Amino acid sequence: MQKYHVTATINGDEVDFLCEPTQSLLDVLRDELHLTGTKEGCATGDCGACSVTLDGTLVCSCLVLGAEVGGKSIETIEGMAEGDDLHPLQQKFIDHIALQCGICTPGLLVASKKLLERNPDPSEEEIRYWLAGNLCRCTGYQKIVEAVVDAAAEMRNS
Amino acid sequence: MNDLRFEFADSLESAARLIAAEPGEVRVLAGGTDVLVQLHADMIEPDLIVDIKRIPELRAVSEGDDGWRVGAAVSGLELMDNAKFCAAWPGVMDGVRLIGSVQIRGRASIGGNVCNASPAADSVPPMIAAGAIATVFGPDGPREVAVQDIGIGPGKTSLKKGEIVVSFFLPKRPARSGDAYQRFTPRTEMDIAVVGVGVNLTLHDTGVCSTARVAVGAVAERALLVDEAADALIGSSIDEAALEQLVSAVRSACRPIDDKRGTKEFRIKVAGVLAERVARIAYRRAQEAGGAG
Amino acid sequence: MAAGPSPYSTSFAYEDKKLKVVGTKPLERPDAVDKVTGRARYAADYNLPDQLVGKVLRSPHAHARILSIDTSAADALPGVKAIVTWEDFPDMPVEHAASGELMINYRDTTRNMMAREKVLYDGHPVAAVAAVSESVAKRGLKLIKVEYEVLPHVIDVEAAMRSDAPLLHEDQFTKGIDPKPEKPSNIATRLESKLGDVDAGFEEADVVIEREFRTKPVHQGYIEPQASIANYTDGGQTEVWTSTQGHFVFRAQIAKLLQMDISKVVVTAAELGGGFGGKNNVYLEPLAVALSRKSRRPVKMVMTRDEVFRATGPTSGTHTKVKIGATKDGRITAAQAELNYQSGAFAGSSLPLATITVFTRYDIENVLVTGHDVTCNRPKVAAYRAPGAPMIAFGVESVIDELAERLKIDPLSFRLKNAAKEGTQTHFGPRLGPVGYVETLERAQAHPHMLEKLGPNQGRGIATGFWFTLGKETSATLNVGEDGSVSVIVGTVDVTGGGRSALAMVIAEELGISVDKVRVKSGDTSALGFNFMTAGSRGTAAGSMAVVKASRDAIERLCEIAARKWEVEPDQVVWEDGHARPASANVGDFEPLSISDLARQAGLFGGTIAGHAEIDAAMGGPGFGTHIVDVEVDRQTGAVKVLRYTLIQDAGKAVYPSFVEGQFQGGAVQGIGMALNEEYIYSEKGTLENPGFLDYRVPVASDVPFINTEIVEVPNPAHPYGIRGIGEVPIIPPIAALSNAIYHATGVRLRDHPLSPPKVLKAIDESEHAGIED
Repeated sequence: MQKYHVTATINGDEVDFLCEPTQSLLDVLRDELHLTGTKEGCATGDCGACSVTLDGTLVCSCLVLGAEVGGKSIETIEGMAEGDDLHPLQQKFIDHIALQCGICTPGLLVASKKLLERNPDPSEEEIRYWLAGNLCRCTGYQKIVEAVVDAAAEMRNS
Repeated sequence: MNDLRFEFADSLESAARLIAAEPGEVRVLAGGTDVLVQLHADMIEPDLIVDIKRIPELRAVSEGDDGWRVGAAVSGLELMDNAKFCAAWPGVMDGVRLIGSVQIRGRASIGGNVCNASPAADSVPPMIAAGAIATVFGPDGPREVAVQDIGIGPGKTSLKKGEIVVSFFLPKRPARSGDAYQRFTPRTEMDIAVVGVGVNLTLHDTGVCSTARVAVGAVAERALLVDEAADALIGSSIDEAALEQLVSAVRSACRPIDDKRGTKEFRIKVAGVLAERVARIAYRRAQEAGGAG
Repeated sequence: MAAGPSPYSTSFAYEDKKLKVVGTKPLERPDAVDKVTGRARYAADYNLPDQLVGKVLRSPHAHARILSIDTSAADALPGVKAIVTWEDFPDMPVEHAASGELMINYRDTTRNMMAREKVLYDGHPVAAVAAVSESVAKRGLKLIKVEYEVLPHVIDVEAAMRSDAPLLHEDQFTKGIDPKPEKPSNIATRLESKLGDVDAGFEEADVVIEREFRTKPVHQGYIEPQASIANYTDGGQTEVWTSTQGHFVFRAQIAKLLQMDISKVVVTAAELGGGFGGKNNVYLEPLAVALSRKSRRPVKMVMTRDEVFRATGPTSGTHTKVKIGATKDGRITAAQAELNYQSGAFAGSSLPLATITVFTRYDIENVLVTGHDVTCNRPKVAAYRAPGAPMIAFGVESVIDELAERLKIDPLSFRLKNAAKEGTQTHFGPRLGPVGYVETLERAQAHPHMLEKLGPNQGRGIATGFWFTLGKETSATLNVGEDGSVSVIVGTVDVTGGGRSALAMVIAEELGISVDKVRVKSGDTSALGFNFMTAGSRGTAAGSMAVVKASRDAIERLCEIAARKWEVEPDQVVWEDGHARPASANVGDFEPLSISDLARQAGLFGGTIAGHAEIDAAMGGPGFGTHIVDVEVDRQTGAVKVLRYTLIQDAGKAVYPSFVEGQFQGGAVQGIGMALNEEYIYSEKGTLENPGFLDYRVPVASDVPFINTEIVEVPNPAHPYGIRGIGEVPIIPPIAALSNAIYHATGVRLRDHPLSPPKVLKAIDESEHAGIED
């Protein structure tokens, strides 16, 4: 199969890669660029574990083709912390035990970060509905909601 | 699929050229939330994928004197962030807001929703109820087709090879108009509609319904425009008797199947329940709407 | 399932003492930072240089004979480097072994991982290919030609039990029937367990209620699909990285299935992305090793979500009958149940475990439990968090609710009147030790949830659950570094992410040091003695026994070193508050020595300080839970909204209480999903219609409310800290609790799972037409 050469920006760095037309952005991130923080849970857009932002929009990377992201800017979980400093959401997830096995956590963090950028003071209901596209099987969601509420408060006060 | 190729089209003409030049199977790519699922499940094996998101007409949203024009590849999120459009067509947006998840809505488009032709697609009943007209571009040039005539069966459209939907036109409504859409799903989010109903109506100054359109999804091989249901509302003040007739007309029009998402009897029953609930909301919105839609 | 302890098992008596670390919140959690930054490495995150991609060809039929497999066209495809079919694997005789909470039979395990004579379910592997890329591997699969003779299939458990049902195994004769039947059957085993005389007991009763229930199979739904990477080497060891709950057990199975020496196989358990019992079985591992052996390159295999649903191990679908009798003052006099459980393509469901739980919350003199393990054309059952228990609890807790109402006693009081306590004789053998069931019921009665007012179409349901805790082989090795920090390798896989922390806290408590000086990690199989799966809620309960023993072993060494330094006898040194001290003033006036003091000087006085333990932990203390749920039902659509949920459970001793809460909440939400919307849907052809998260409907964040939790602590007398396993009980009561709540909201009782809107609506409509409930 023919391969395409694509140049994009990932977490602020210019990156280029080769991909087959059937490869999704998720496949490219994990298999070509070895950025394995973004996870595959279903490859059909139903679980959110592969969430990234594409030109600032929250998307499932399993439903974006690698070949179509030329010139675009992608943010993944690997870009969330700044060196040693965790993003408040990352810290609050730890503090509130909003993760157990952790496989859904990168997707949830990327999705939560986008929520707080658009809505710095979401209600519990707004959080639950925004995160409905991110499945978690371990926590029952409660501590995740608590962590997002707490992170939002901290970010509003700083 | 050994030779699958991917191309960007940056104009309608180049899209048409690319598609016409391909002897094999072509898939047009907008948000990709249906195409990629089908590609990875080996449900489709195209020889060419054409990305149409760079074509300006497909991405534009504009309000004119005679109505709104929405590009076929505009994402759900872009529409949700367009406050004026949301105020003008709350029922269409009820449907758009229910497509998938936040992640899906970041990419999915009404054009994709219509052309994928799932009978359960959430934007389709309210778009039919809105009287939306699609502009289609193909080898024979542009033409117009009502949204209810695009989907003809599960996964099948009336479009000819090489035709793509460019945009949708929603004609301006008189004052005191309102639309609404609801669907039934087992979970609160993420599910495909088991049944969905869209109602669009306009009231006289007296409060009596002057025009109405009622469309029902997931109860037939395609979404249905149910004239008898509209007739039940027209000339009434959306009172109990009219609603009873509406419910009965909607139920009679249903010809659903039993499948993994719902049984025939459940779909028919709930179609009626939703029709009544949606008509009430559309009525309330029409009463509250001062300006034109 | 053995009911008595092994004479070689280890148990420690409970020590009632004030604790400093156990029961608090640790300052850090070793796995968490890597998980929130995306650095944690799950099985699919591993890559080896020069690796190939492996993919599996799966049967499209529910039941068929394999007539031929022709791989020649696939072999010839450039980029395909190896193909395996049943011919690459030796046949296995009947041989049983424990694999988590269920048993396996190697004869069946080899056939499940790669079909031999027949395919027995949609998704059953028939071949596997290793190629240079995923797209080439997929093309290779398409070129393999398999000829099938399609056979009639049967999936539903009742249909499979009929004597004229299509037969899966011609050599399967029902065990547990005497004399042995002449005709083979899909009923693999019949079980019976009894106490007293149920007929006499029912005679004594004033009210007897008898009901039938049906449940569909559900899947564990872990978000991480199975993934394995195998690197076969001739001279050295074959390495396997995989998603597993038990790398030692997997090593043993891989070695046996491929006829390799155990010592030549090293299995590393990657960080686990959820298991819940579903990763207690090998699926890809032997295939990956075989492909690596044939191609002489590493082979990586990752399941798609579709494959996970079709071909791993969903639970049993069931048909059960429950009959309970009670006197008019509310005393249960007799209880009887029949459990018919699907085992899937091969025998061996959770039936034996389920029978243990049936009535064990209640003190009943006359009990009869019978059950059938039934093969049918769907994947082999694997464990799922309290395997077998939720389905029968659905029946029993619903009938208890009906009885309570008939007798005009509230559901909590009725249970209290009949509650199991210390000394209660179970129907399967042992008497219960001290248990916390009564405490959970009393806390429920006093809980503010019970005071919340209910509006129209709203109802409240109560249900309770019981599960035991496995012990079994557990190892730990502890090393004190020169700086006094402690590193520990344990053999139990940390399946929740919190296990490491809990064990570190126990070690810190034992040694009297700060928990941030303790690092716990899970070793690969070359590092330790055999460890059983993390299953049966044993992760912290049994793991902690091993680390307690290893810690006490290390403390002996520390005291020896202090003794040498002070030139006294070792028994004149005690360990207190993280320091070696003279046992009394008579021994001498020595300054206490800390771990780091001793570690620094260890070389002068005898060498490294370490402790280890290899134990067969005795079966742990049972756990009980009481759940309260309020629902609102939309009578026009059958939609059920969960308004509030409260869960009260006995943890014995919660080592890391906030983590325990998280497990309570997670298990309850899995139970809510199981109750309301999750089910396997099969087509008429026996193929799975909903192998994806779109139509296999697990709860999303907006589907569930806050789950209130309360931890009760009635110490387990056979554990030094009183710890009981806690992971499984939470998933048991929700189906019955929700069904009872729906009844109290609408007046209709549902006995057919899941409690989905079409069923609820149909029941409401039928009751409105009938006018009365039966």
